[in-house]
Amino acid sequence: MIALRVQAADFDVGAELNRLRAGRADIGALVSFTGLVRDMADGEPLTAMTLEHYPGMVERQLGAICTEAAARWPLLAGTVIHRFGRLTPGDQIVLVAIAASHRLAAFEAAMFIMDWLKTRAPFWKLEERGDARAWVAARSSDDVAAARWQDPPAPIRR
Amino acid sequence: MRLLYFAWVRERIGHDAETIDPPAEVVTAGDLLDWLRRRGDGHAAAFAEPERIRIAIDQQFADLASPISGAREIALFPPVTGG
Repeated sequence: MIALRVQAADFDVGAELNRLRAGRADIGALVSFTGLVRDMADGEPLTAMTLEHYPGMVERQLGAICTEAAARWPLLAGTVIHRFGRLTPGDQIVLVAIAASHRLAAFEAAMFIMDWLKTRAPFWKLEERGDARAWVAARSSDDVAAARWQDPPAPIRR
Repeated sequence: MRLLYFAWVRERIGHDAETIDPPAEVVTAGDLLDWLRRRGDGHAAAFAEPERIRIAIDQQFADLASPISGAREIALFPPVTGG
């Protein structure tokens, strides 16, 4: 249902959205989120960010998150792409694109996938500032965001 | 069983993986952390604060009380920061 790619290579958001729409006219809503590397973190300029990952577990966890999203909302298709490796400010990190008949399911499913991915996908970010390197600390706000989805929403009727 | 380490856990220990054969009294993941702390300075530094360590057993999240018997792969790492 939701295609998943974990890769070092960059991705083309327009091409991915076109691929989801290709050859079908049943999609009424197509939502996408792109996560990007910012040039500042905690007030300090960033040189680069390296994403380490746990091959095998990343695919398993992202697959479970997407399966859960498709069970909770009436989705038609989707694509999740997460990069790893050394990225620089302005680079794309992650894409979550969701297609549904109507917009509420598409918006909510995309948000759900991002909130869960932030707390369950085994990636770790190492920030470079000049010669200094520091591992990013997980945020409690991400746990709060994920917790808001604990009670599945009422079934969508439209 | 195979142990995998990531991020600063890997850096403090000095390598990203090892194969271990823990004694029978190492039953839970918590027992495993206690046993690993005694293996060397790197391990002691990595696991000094167990509350900062996250555990996966065969690529599923687990906790300190989870039994490790039969596990093929146990990964120890900081809280994740993807996305």
